[in-house]
Amino acid sequence: MLRIHALTKRYRTGDLALKGISFDVPDGQVMALIGPSGAGKSTAIRCINRLVEPTAGTISLNDTDIAGLGGGDLRRARRRMGMIFQEYALVERLTVMENVLSGRLGYVSFWRSWLRRFPQADIDEAFRLLDRVGLVHMADKRADELSGGQRQRVGVCRALIQNPELLLVDEPTASLDPKTSRQIMRLLKELCTERKLSAIINIHDVMLAQMFAERIVGLRLGEIVYDGPASGLSADVLTQIYGEEDWSATIRKPDEDGEGKEETTNIVRHETHQPHRDRMAGLT
Amino acid sequence: MTVAAITPRRWKRPPLIRRTWLRWTLGLGAAVYLWLAFGTIEVNWTRVSAGIPRGVQFFAAFFPPDFASRWGDIVEGIQESIWMTVVATIVGIAISIPVAIGAARNIASVPIYYFCRAILAISRSFQEVILAIFFVKLFGFGPFAGVVTLVLATIGFYGKLLAEDIEDMVPAQAEAVRATGANWLQWINFGIQPQVMPRMIGLGLYRFDINFRESAVVGIVGGGGIGATLNTAFDRYEFDSAAAILLVIIGIVMLVEYSSGYLRRWMQ
Repeated sequence: MLRIHALTKRYRTGDLALKGISFDVPDGQVMALIGPSGAGKSTAIRCINRLVEPTAGTISLNDTDIAGLGGGDLRRARRRMGMIFQEYALVERLTVMENVLSGRLGYVSFWRSWLRRFPQADIDEAFRLLDRVGLVHMADKRADELSGGQRQRVGVCRALIQNPELLLVDEPTASLDPKTSRQIMRLLKELCTERKLSAIINIHDVMLAQMFAERIVGLRLGEIVYDGPASGLSADVLTQIYGEEDWSATIRKPDEDGEGKEETTNIVRHETHQPHRDRMAGLT
Repeated sequence: MTVAAITPRRWKRPPLIRRTWLRWTLGLGAAVYLWLAFGTIEVNWTRVSAGIPRGVQFFAAFFPPDFASRWGDIVEGIQESIWMTVVATIVGIAISIPVAIGAARNIASVPIYYFCRAILAISRSFQEVILAIFFVKLFGFGPFAGVVTLVLATIGFYGKLLAEDIEDMVPAQAEAVRATGANWLQWINFGIQPQVMPRMIGLGLYRFDINFRESAVVGIVGGGGIGATLNTAFDRYEFDSAAAILLVIIGIVMLVEYSSGYLRRWMQ
């Protein structure tokens, strides 16, 4: 359970990015954080793992007060939170395997990581995860040889190998095409269900947020203006978050549910059967 | 139709200096200064005409180059220069890596940044020959003074350029590594080192190349190596041997140049 209370961030330039926001994320919940650019979504997510120092407020992950930690304690807290980035943020000159294993850095000593002698259990887990996302054959490729969708799946593996209690996901689909975006979101959703992980997903795309998140928090100018179920997003709510606009085409209609279900079963099928590997071409 | 549409509208590229009087003053000033500067050069044409045959004679003394009579000294000098270069490059790079990390504004704290920048500024402020003269006085004649000179020069060069490359890295990649709970050394090793590695290797090879050439120069002021051999040859008026030494230096520099170029292409 992640509890955030009165989280405030004022940048050195004087900009107040977060104005005391509070929310809880129960275990296993996938929450989407939506809002216009500059609303503070990225800042909020980065305050949780302290890549950005919060100015005030408390953040507690399963009763550890993260806002007060320093040094080694902060590093131990960070490894409990997997982060997935916009534009993937893979280390491009490292191999796919090294990128995945870098998720274990918080657990191994410097010398082991420097010599790339990770424990066998970590290597087994890395292969298992790469297999899960259909990239095991790419393990020794350099990360910059991969396509966008493939890179983001490596990013997902890097976050998951940390064995996190919480996923922080920052605009996972911002640089992906619509189809790959859905596939990545579906993968995230499935993995969260499998591992009973909770996740906070920053996302621009309101439709995707509605499709894959059970709860939506809308942020505007550093304040929460909506916090409720995905089905509760109405034109009024969107106007409150983003401002006046014609929202009729953005809000998801109930009859689109079936389509999502069907694609989910397809993904499961082609991941278990080798002959369907060519369908993965869509992800490349 | 309006008048503007019929008569063509003239356009000229705006001048670099907008104010007309300033533009003309600067231009005329430069011309006058140049003319005066040329006026201060005194050329004594009788001396020039007497000097040309002597110059020809001087260059003729270099031919044919004599590899044979001082071959032993040449080999010894080259060997000394090569190990001076290897040691100075390796030690210099080893020292400059931590200095470069400290001198990269995006990853170092302010006091460390200024301290490391000061080290770089000091080691860059003197030309190799001046450093070599100083170290020869300090440590006495010989290759040790030359190696210390080259190490210091390497730190200034490599540290500054590496620090700039670290400053140009993609912050997201390093941030992602930090988010995994990596400690500082792991962060450097996984988040930053891979990004700057091609530049590190390229600069290392380039510096090796420079150090070899500089080892000949520092030798002339007493820093050992092939430069010392060359200096001796000049002192004895053995210009044919000196020519042989120069050809060997050119040959080795070209060899290093081509092989480092090849290695860098292979690295990409």
